[in-house]
Amino acid sequence: MISVTEWRERLESERCSDMLSELLERIGESKLNAYVTLSEDAIKTAELYDREELKGKLAGIPVAVKDCITTRDLKTTCSSRILHNYIPPFDAHVVERLREEGAIIIGKTNMDEFAMGTTTETSYFGVVRNPHDLERVAGGSSGGSGAVIAGDEAVLSLGSDTGGSIRCPASFCGVVGLKGTYGLVSRYGLIPYANSLEQIGPMASNVHDLILLFEVVAGKDERDSTNAGRGFRFEKKEKRLRVGIIKEMTAKDDVMTKFNESVELIESLGHSAGEVSMKSFKYALAAYYVIAMSEASSNLARYDGVRYGHALDQLDSWTRYFSRVRAEGFGDEVKRRIMLGSYALSAGYFGKYYLKALKVRTLVKNDFQRAFKDYDVLISPTMPSTAFRIGELADPLTMYKMDVNTVPINLAGIPALSLPIGFANSLPVGLQVMGDYFSENLILNFALEIEENLDRGEAFKQI
Amino acid sequence: MSQQVTGQRMERKDEVVIGLEVHIQLNKLNTKLFCSCSTDYHEDEPNTHVCPVCLGMPGAMPVINEMAIKFAVKVALALNADVQPFTVFDRKNYFYPDLPKDFQISQYDRPLAWGGYVTIEAGQGEKKILLKRIHMEEDPGKLSYRGSITTARYSMIDYNRSGMPLLEIVTEPVMNSPKEARQFLNKLRIILEYLDVFDGSLEGAMRIDANISLKGGGRVEIKNISSFKGVEKALTYEITRQKNLKRRGKEVRRETRHFDEINNITVSLRGKEEEQDYRYFPEPDLVPVDATGIIEELRGTIPEMPEQKRIRLAEQYGIGENFAKVLVLDLKMADYFEEVAKSLAEDGINLNVAASWTVDVLRGELNYRSKDFRFAYSILEPAEMVKILKYLTDGKITEKSAVEIIRTILDKGGNVDMIIEEKGLFAIANSEIEKLCREAIEKNPKAVEDYIAGKEQALNFLVGQVMKATRGKADPAETARIINKILS
Amino acid sequence: MITEKDVLHIADLAKIEISEEEVQKFKEDFQSILDYFNILDEVEENVEPSFQVLPLTNVFRKDEVKESLPREDVLRNPKHVEDGYIKGPRVVE
Repeated sequence: MISVTEWRERLESERCSDMLSELLERIGESKLNAYVTLSEDAIKTAELYDREELKGKLAGIPVAVKDCITTRDLKTTCSSRILHNYIPPFDAHVVERLREEGAIIIGKTNMDEFAMGTTTETSYFGVVRNPHDLERVAGGSSGGSGAVIAGDEAVLSLGSDTGGSIRCPASFCGVVGLKGTYGLVSRYGLIPYANSLEQIGPMASNVHDLILLFEVVAGKDERDSTNAGRGFRFEKKEKRLRVGIIKEMTAKDDVMTKFNESVELIESLGHSAGEVSMKSFKYALAAYYVIAMSEASSNLARYDGVRYGHALDQLDSWTRYFSRVRAEGFGDEVKRRIMLGSYALSAGYFGKYYLKALKVRTLVKNDFQRAFKDYDVLISPTMPSTAFRIGELADPLTMYKMDVNTVPINLAGIPALSLPIGFANSLPVGLQVMGDYFSENLILNFALEIEENLDRGEAFKQI
Repeated sequence: MSQQVTGQRMERKDEVVIGLEVHIQLNKLNTKLFCSCSTDYHEDEPNTHVCPVCLGMPGAMPVINEMAIKFAVKVALALNADVQPFTVFDRKNYFYPDLPKDFQISQYDRPLAWGGYVTIEAGQGEKKILLKRIHMEEDPGKLSYRGSITTARYSMIDYNRSGMPLLEIVTEPVMNSPKEARQFLNKLRIILEYLDVFDGSLEGAMRIDANISLKGGGRVEIKNISSFKGVEKALTYEITRQKNLKRRGKEVRRETRHFDEINNITVSLRGKEEEQDYRYFPEPDLVPVDATGIIEELRGTIPEMPEQKRIRLAEQYGIGENFAKVLVLDLKMADYFEEVAKSLAEDGINLNVAASWTVDVLRGELNYRSKDFRFAYSILEPAEMVKILKYLTDGKITEKSAVEIIRTILDKGGNVDMIIEEKGLFAIANSEIEKLCREAIEKNPKAVEDYIAGKEQALNFLVGQVMKATRGKADPAETARIINKILS
Repeated sequence: MITEKDVLHIADLAKIEISEEEVQKFKEDFQSILDYFNILDEVEENVEPSFQVLPLTNVFRKDEVKESLPREDVLRNPKHVEDGYIKGPRVVE
């Protein structure tokens, strides 16, 4: 993994464009399938750096962007056939910020189709392989963004997280990933899957780099009406914390072993740990999927072959045309979720599914608020297991249940990150750290401390 | 004097029940409802007033135009509706080629306002047309075809209109004739023009869905009628069509129809009427609107409405009811009259003259030239009109001359004094006419004798003499009167 | 119980054409997923639903014109265009 510090050290004696060419060559030979599109402008941007014409907090740093975040004049596909040829005429707000700070956008990373998945197996462009074991998945839906960090194919990356889509690949690939408080990072330019649940967030090889990227992308944007209107500035703070372990969030034995080790470490650092139970979590997964699918069924209606994306050669009568375009353009999982979402919102079922799910959201929010009275941060294993083998999870419902530890965070809108804490059977294990609204500083300080005290050789071995 | 008839469901007596859904484009706003594209697209090439938001591009997000909310609240207050302090935008989910997102951002169960009413003249008095609700939504794009809608092999879509701010005003089903429907629409349009929230002359500014049922029959909806005349014609046609069906013992099905403007008939639109399931849910990219502040701010600022203006004009200027009624139908005309009247009032002139010359003469001349009072303001300022009327009432010009001056200015421009001088229109002063009459009488004793003896022609002869002396400028009727007075 | 008719109705609502075999497969998937969703029935009725996460209201924009997209950008992505219009499917069957 390449840290910002390392990259900058090399920049003192090497040319950025040479370093970037080397990186692109490596990507070209890669088996990870982490990129959908590479930017033709990346070398040019690197040359600007060499001519000292590129300034900013991320000057000369190669950043990969998840392919559901729009990039002007650079193909943005959401890893779907229905957008396989779509070229946006505008940059997402976060991309504007990256460019302002001199980042080199290398390319767009592979993901689950329309962010619907936990493994990138639903991608139209094929699965993203885990750098630690090529027969296993990198996680999802931001699998590409996680794999490029772990696989030395980028220094920083942006993912998006609707139900765990940054934290899961962070956990499976052994990198750090953060989903901030809902509203801190503008969603303008994030092609939506579920608007009330998702946020763009940074992924990196270490917590310092995560902070650097998060400071750049978080902040006010008038084009997003759900934006919190403030940015983020990290402040180092040492504090003894009350750490709550969420009883309902468990994992397989091998993961729990690593998790318990990290609890011991946390306590040895002077923090206190206790257990907290969240009764509403029993319903959280169902509620999450109902809300996500409902919003998705509406968000994805626009893909009808008329203004952009996959289209038919012959224009037919409109119902036949729309239905055929969408049948050809969407994969099975997307179709499933669109249909179930339409069903959940339909007359007669609205109260039973959608409205009930929104009530669960209130209960989950309340449970977190209650917990944060007694604890400063909450922790859990990020995922119930380590990375699966490709093709291992065959049926949808089993797949959905893998999100059980991550979705409550999205329902409430609180911030959470995943930090690598070691390996179980040679596969990375992630620790999930959660905080109250706008408590990113607390969470990041905590994560930094743990990271500094983990056995570096163990947790961050080069592949 | 006037009876107040509240339009409740009067099905027992009346056979025909009509309700209207009126979509008004708030085209006096500078920008669209959820994006900053200009609303001034009417003369422009297709797809030149669009952005990622109103095109529905993936990742674009809506942001509410604050002025649109203010305009909407103004309208709701002026229509006496119950404006809601808390209002929410919802997604109305359906597919159609003119909808860029294949859903429309509209309002469902927490609209901007509930209730309200508009009064129209009906039968022996007034009728209150009750409103059900008022809400906001975005306009879809515009579909056009090469050829007709039924024969075209594809549609041509222009998204310039997409995202325009619409106000939807829904009436209760309380109108009982196509004429009442038309009156309601006329009244509504006047109110909207008074509020200065929309320009009714622009294409697409007002679109109406009309619902009609005959006693015992299903409700038929006629969608997307673009003119008031069209509404009246469509409803008239429907009544005939439905009565014919009933006469033949056929059932009137509940359905949606389209108004064919060329043939003045309605045609069936959807093969099988399905209740559309719009799967409404609150728009997750927007947050709710707390309109309390806006309501307070605007409550005192509603301009004078037609009703109040009518009463005030009659009282303040002492003009007849009928004049007042007509004047308020057009705000610019009413304003014009008031400016004229204020100047004339200082001279103690009877303002019914001003009213008559505004309503009967000037409006007639403008209509004839397909112009309106906006044009009148630009070419024949009220101050100039005041001059004309003063000269007239002073007897310095004749009515005929006054009309000529007005026509000349409307056609070619210019100012009153200049035209009077060019055309030599100043009438001879009455004192001068009297003098000439006495002269004519002196010089023509025979004619005088003949007239006194009963020969009417003799008077004409004497008048003719005076006309000759004044080279036709004397007013013949006035001259005759003076001669009579002298001789009596 | 989800029937095949239900699946076809949902597919029509969502405007996604599905084949005979797919109807069967989706029917099974939907049944198991919806069965899982039934756990929501246990949740009490008298809880306020949370439509939004942050308590924001009145996020507005000034009524000031900003530049629209140049038409080339608009017409770059649609497959069928003619004379500046985007061609769409016909609306009559």
